[in-house]
Amino acid sequence: MPAPRRVLLSRIGRLLRTAALLVAGTALGWAQFPAHPGTPDEIQVAPPPLTEGIFPCSGCHDGKAQKPNPIRREMKDMHTDIELRHGPETRWCTDCHDLIDRDKLRLANGDKLDFKVSYQLCGQCHGDKYRDWRVGVHGKRTGSWNGAKQYLLCVSCHNPHSPRFAALAPMPPPVRPETIQRRKGGAR
Amino acid sequence: MSCGSGNSDKPCSCAGNSVATTTAASEPDPTRRAMIATGIAAVASILTGCDKKTFDEFTQHNFRELGKAEINDIIARLEAEYSADYGKPVHVGTEPAMQGVVFGYALDLSRCVGCRRCVHACVKENNQSRDPEIQWIKVLQMDKEEGVSLQHADPYYTPKEVPEEGHFYMPVQCQQCRNPPCVKACPVGATWQEPDGITVIDYNWCIGCRYCMAACPYGARHFNWGEPNLPKDEMNPDTHYLGNRPRRKGVVEKCTFCVQRTRKGQYPACLEVCPTGSRKFGNLMDPKSEIRYVLENKRVFLFKEDLNTKPKFFYFYGV
Repeated sequence: MPAPRRVLLSRIGRLLRTAALLVAGTALGWAQFPAHPGTPDEIQVAPPPLTEGIFPCSGCHDGKAQKPNPIRREMKDMHTDIELRHGPETRWCTDCHDLIDRDKLRLANGDKLDFKVSYQLCGQCHGDKYRDWRVGVHGKRTGSWNGAKQYLLCVSCHNPHSPRFAALAPMPPPVRPETIQRRKGGAR
Repeated sequence: MSCGSGNSDKPCSCAGNSVATTTAASEPDPTRRAMIATGIAAVASILTGCDKKTFDEFTQHNFRELGKAEINDIIARLEAEYSADYGKPVHVGTEPAMQGVVFGYALDLSRCVGCRRCVHACVKENNQSRDPEIQWIKVLQMDKEEGVSLQHADPYYTPKEVPEEGHFYMPVQCQQCRNPPCVKACPVGATWQEPDGITVIDYNWCIGCRYCMAACPYGARHFNWGEPNLPKDEMNPDTHYLGNRPRRKGVVEKCTFCVQRTRKGQYPACLEVCPTGSRKFGNLMDPKSEIRYVLENKRVFLFKEDLNTKPKFFYFYGV
């Protein structure tokens, strides 16, 4: 086969593949999430659990009335409920939130990131967990064992500001066998 | 009509018989055996005072020996019975094992917090007895210092919040052994391993001897000592013959990996409810399944591996 023809054929093949992927992605409703290399197609994440009434952050952080202040300080007026217990002492809001565009997160390389794909931000440091999460081994997975599955975002279970899994009240323990016997009037 | 016996002024006693014989002969396919069976059934029902339903139940064969028509009859009978008992339409499924599927389960010991959500979701899904409550999952609280040691395990822990400092939690349920001692112990063949690896019980064939319970090293089998007091509104009507259909007093029951759900592609109820995502389930034959990823990439151990039961329930450390 002459070389130009081979190139043309491979280009057509690539185009067809891209088109097929696009159609499939749109049909399944994942088009809203930017593709990430290595992400399995089936990832369908729940919406980020943003606090009611707080988003968009640019409502207050518009860059005019509220000038961006990158200095680490104690919060007194707003966000007093946030207890930052994530990583070393030097961690600060703008490590993860973009300083200028507050409606976005910020990767270590300066790229802006949507809240919907915050797992990419978490994955920068927690690479092992991110890898396990992508294959469905870290974190909860619901849906079908042989079909479509649903993931939760990292922040659905871990508060990003204080990520340790919160303690729960346990459900009732089993009944002790001796209690059953007593209630029924002893062993028969 | 006279047969020539007795006095001619009395009606002959064999007249009815001759009519019956004629009718039977005109029917399409009345076999001698069927007639005898019907006769015996009629006599037995008169003698014992049992109705047809009880008699059918009594003469029902082991589920594995049944033909399609017989299964359909039995399912129709059970559905009618359960629907009447629980006041809502009850479905009794008989989905067989899927081709090329062997189920496996993995539980992450480093993540389980011992909240017992799985225990109670299981009771709700699988129609267990409520009073006394039978629980197929037992969550053992263990000391971190001791490791996995049954001498230091407590299933009755009740702190305000879990996890407690210095402890970890190990939920134990049927390990779906590949070499199940319970199946070997059953004297009547009422329990067996299905092609997808789930050990099931035919509750209508179980005689309640509890040998299987003695044989199980995991305490995974439970006996209905009393009538299972299952409230109508709490009854899950989506059932399977070999799974969560209502049981009666005197039979043994156990975890079936939610056969009524998993054979339709759903996850088991305990997995779906787990808030920590500690529970992983899938097809061991599928190299791309999450369960295979766990087995190939994590530190995995089998509970009481030395007993050679070869469980398909794996414990692993996700960290």
